[in-house]
Amino acid sequence: MTTWTQETVRAAGAELAMIKGGSGKPLLIFHDELGYTGWMSWNERLADQRTLLIPLQPGFGKTPRIDWISNYRDLGGFYAQVVREMRLDPIDVIGFSAGGFIAAEMVAADPRIFSHMILVGPMGIKPAQGEILDVFAMTIRHHLRSTVADPEGTPEFAKIYGGQMTPEQFEAFEDARSETARIGWEPYMYDPSLPYLLRGVKTPSLLIWGTRDGVVPRGCIQAYRQALGAAQVAEIEGAGHRPEIENEPEFERIVKKFLAE
Amino acid sequence: MKIGYFTERPYRWLPEEEILKNHAFFAVSNRFYDREKAADDYNYYLDENCYAEELGFDLVALNEHHGNPFCMGSVMNVEAAILAKLTKRVKIVLIGNPLPVIKHPLRMAEELAEIDLISRGRLVTGWVRGAGSEQFFNNANPAYNREMFNEAHDFIVQAWTRPGPWRYEGKHFHYRHVNPWALPYQKPHPPMWIPGVISPETVQWCAEHRYPYIGLGTMLGPTCDLWDYYANEAAKHGYQAGPENFGYLIPTVLAETEEKAQEIVGNFVYGGGQNAFSAPEYTMPPGYNSKSAIRMLAKQPTGSWLGVSGEKMQQHMRDAEPESVDYKEIHKKLLSGLDKVQRNYQVIAGTPKTVLPKIKTILDILRPGVFIMFSVQGPVSNEDRMTSMRLFAQEVMPALHEYAKQIDLPDSFMRTPGSVVFFGGSSRTPVVDRSPLKELGLR
Repeated sequence: MTTWTQETVRAAGAELAMIKGGSGKPLLIFHDELGYTGWMSWNERLADQRTLLIPLQPGFGKTPRIDWISNYRDLGGFYAQVVREMRLDPIDVIGFSAGGFIAAEMVAADPRIFSHMILVGPMGIKPAQGEILDVFAMTIRHHLRSTVADPEGTPEFAKIYGGQMTPEQFEAFEDARSETARIGWEPYMYDPSLPYLLRGVKTPSLLIWGTRDGVVPRGCIQAYRQALGAAQVAEIEGAGHRPEIENEPEFERIVKKFLAE
Repeated sequence: MKIGYFTERPYRWLPEEEILKNHAFFAVSNRFYDREKAADDYNYYLDENCYAEELGFDLVALNEHHGNPFCMGSVMNVEAAILAKLTKRVKIVLIGNPLPVIKHPLRMAEELAEIDLISRGRLVTGWVRGAGSEQFFNNANPAYNREMFNEAHDFIVQAWTRPGPWRYEGKHFHYRHVNPWALPYQKPHPPMWIPGVISPETVQWCAEHRYPYIGLGTMLGPTCDLWDYYANEAAKHGYQAGPENFGYLIPTVLAETEEKAQEIVGNFVYGGGQNAFSAPEYTMPPGYNSKSAIRMLAKQPTGSWLGVSGEKMQQHMRDAEPESVDYKEIHKKLLSGLDKVQRNYQVIAGTPKTVLPKIKTILDILRPGVFIMFSVQGPVSNEDRMTSMRLFAQEVMPALHEYAKQIDLPDSFMRTPGSVVFFGGSSRTPVVDRSPLKELGLR
């Protein structure tokens, strides 16, 4: 079992909480809009070759909210400062859902900041067809369960949400959802200018999408594909919005192969 | 004491089953909207407010909600403007305009100034944050709700009092040219009353601004706690709070006989009543509640919460799906719950003879400077509604005015809220009297 730690990084004028674990070349990971869910099997598998750096988003409870950040572009700018100050660039990145939105904003501003970019069920661009699920108009429970295609058939989902919430968990989810609403309420979880700013970005990019994703429709992947001409697409059959826990072996295989290219 | 009349202007033509099926009023499809009937009712409710003036009420109170058959007042300022012209004497009290939901404080300042001018200074304007569901309906970012509320309020006061033109660069609002050519008739501006149901943050804000706080049918014991909190905050700001700082609005229905009153009162729980205002997912959009409120809720998800029943809150917090629905059973359950809320004095129903002592008890406990009758909800006929108003006005109101004089309940027009200086070092005067609560079996 890999040892991971939670550290505080002083960067970009903030005290940023960050999970660090594994060994090897750094791999930056942006968690999704519900926050860091804890060290899972996929973290463990990737940590045998890479040092995972998982910043805990400001306003999600561990890192204090930063008031000047009022949208995902600001947040991307903040993380770009962090990456530069830590002398990590160019770095490989994986962004999940709204974390993919963050990575996409960063690469649009500076295509050289990432050596590889993996976006998993990314929000951030208005879908070509369909709509991004309105996760604010549902209870936390419903929101959580919408993120996997088969909650009962996904053992690691029980680590995120086992059917009951402690007051601490409720508060943490509420913090995450509140901060996500603050910066992503309108337009809902996308930036109208992002596809235009992504034009011509040559950063090797991979879009991963579960074919039963109930949060981000295929139309988002199509829109990203259109914006990022060179992006590859990997669909994981039968997975929902959390392919990393719903089909961990396939997720691991795809990610490792792409990062090795 | 001022006595007022209030109605939500319920949409009365929606089958109850549709509300129960939806588990709430908010988000019932407007395909059920009957435009002819709505036209009749908008006109009727305006007439009803004129009737309140004719009957001698001191004020008529309006509110607004959005996307919700619980309340037809979607744009309260329109109704207020019409009443400003139709009525001659009553105060027109707005409880209140949802500032963060409207998102345009300069326009709001102009609209309200016009209403105050047309009514020649009869406007009392109040502010609210807007219900959770309204953040969705109006796409207002719930995480900025309180910030926007505060900023919009401060801006409107400035727009009314600071000669223009001037430029405004705030956080949420930006105006190049502030110089409204509609300023309120009242100087420096209309009085402001703030309605509320639970939030201590709102009470604190009211006390700081010396604005009267209007309790919206909150339970008597917790209301006492909240008003003590107001009075303690007031003392910190150097004044003694009194009846002029408080108002209370309570569901009230009267009829010629007890039987008839009991038949009508059931309409307060039509479709689930206030506890079915909106479903939990719409009641608590992320970021809408303060951190302390969230902590409180996380630890004790047992009570009702801003228009959601305790039962539904528990479903929200635990893993329960709503059970299969038997509408007749639900209806029966709602009606049986009504006995309890009548015993708790959360709903007042009866003949003038039985209603009067109950309201006197409320006045004894809460000592408000304003009492507002909240007229019945649900599909009640115009005739029954007007009978209820008439019986209250003719047979209860005069005695209440008399009683208020006896127990010294000055309203905010008789005594300016915040004008009684509190000298530090002494203890403040009590603002409530809890002793009758015990006799009523309430805490």
